[in-house]
Amino acid sequence: MSGITPSQTVGPYFAYGLTPTKRYDWSDAFSNNLITPDAVGEKIRVEGIVRDGDGAVIPDAMIEIWQADGQGRYITPVAGEAKPNTAFRGFGRCGTDQDGYYSFDTVKPGAVAGPDGKMQAPHIVVCYFSRGLLTHLFTRIYFSDEASNATDPTLAQVPEERRFTLIAKKDNRPGVYTFNIRPQGDDDETVFFDI
Amino acid sequence: MTLVYPKESMIVHPAHLSPEYRSTVKRSPKKPLIIVKHTMSELTGPVYGNEAVNAGDEDLTKQHKGEPIGERIIVHGRVLDEDMRPVPNTLVELWQANACGRYIHVVDQHPAPLDPNFTGAGRATTDKDGYYRFVTIKPGAYPWGNHPNAWRPAHIHFSLFGHSFLSRLVTQMYFPGDPLFPYDPIFNAVKDANARARMICSFDLEHTIPDWALCYKFDFVLRGRNATPMEH
Ligand SMILES: [Fe+2]
Repeated sequence: MSGITPSQTVGPYFAYGLTPTKRYDWSDAFSNNLITPDAVGEKIRVEGIVRDGDGAVIPDAMIEIWQADGQGRYITPVAGEAKPNTAFRGFGRCGTDQDGYYSFDTVKPGAVAGPDGKMQAPHIVVCYFSRGLLTHLFTRIYFSDEASNATDPTLAQVPEERRFTLIAKKDNRPGVYTFNIRPQGDDDETVFFDI
Repeated sequence: MTLVYPKESMIVHPAHLSPEYRSTVKRSPKKPLIIVKHTMSELTGPVYGNEAVNAGDEDLTKQHKGEPIGERIIVHGRVLDEDMRPVPNTLVELWQANACGRYIHVVDQHPAPLDPNFTGAGRATTDKDGYYRFVTIKPGAYPWGNHPNAWRPAHIHFSLFGHSFLSRLVTQMYFPGDPLFPYDPIFNAVKDANARARMICSFDLEHTIPDWALCYKFDFVLRGRNATPMEH
């Protein structure tokens, strides 16, 4: 045997196992609220609607996020990097509801170094799953009020006219950012990464 | 140990647009994925082990007052990286239909009975050798609306994390000799026959428990290999 195990779709029925959120007789291992009492940094909410190629909402998608803490530290650092000194874990999971809506309560991540030592703009990495998707997709959430987006090495590899799909827009409500996801679309199809 | 994640390994995954599986048509990207370098953000990942699992989560036959109806089975095996080294203390999540092929999910309304003694969800963590073990019942095949007379082969859904965000895997495990294999567009979305075979468990007589449960063995291989392989 050689080679990795192939991916298969999460299907339509994952919610009771992966995101039961008290609707099913099963415990939640994860939640969409990442904030721990000791978390350092600006508390934010990232929310959005997931729509398909026809613009119809997707009520059976699952979004997972992974991020550094407010000081730019991952809880499982690569060699040589510091560990956080709080309980903030940086991982969250949320299923979309009937309206295709998802949300995460978290802290705004601090900046982390990129591959060449250059700092990356604050961002959250995203794993996207749904019925009708056979292999999950990777994307990133950046923030509209970060000047460092202009020098981010990953954003720089994305065609300029598509970058906006990776940038969560600051809302009128304090601390709220909107990040809609479009697995398929015309001008507004979300950028996904081949990594 | 530093792991690298060669992209060539991903060739086994199904194409996003696989029109025989109809719902991929409006839910898969039309634009090319953008190639970017791996950064610390992808090379790290949510490592969850024992703290995410409660005692008994790995035995789906003991979550209710009575025992579920169906063929009791053991599903066990190892979680490995691409160098075939064990992935220890990693979370394995499972969900599945009951023996009649019915899920407790509210959207599943096909006319087969629910089992009051079966939820169909489980969790386990691998030990230091990458070993995991579940006790459950064999799920039934079930119909779906993809095409006329469409039936899914019996399968168990699995979700795994591994060493980093890049090793994340959601897949389905099938049972040997299922007559529905040739007709299932999800199974056949994996184009390479050897890769499809890696989604099928094998009957394990050695670990079958007499008078109690058949055993099936299934190993997962996740992305990730040693940056500096040992010389042989
Ligand atoms: Fe299924």
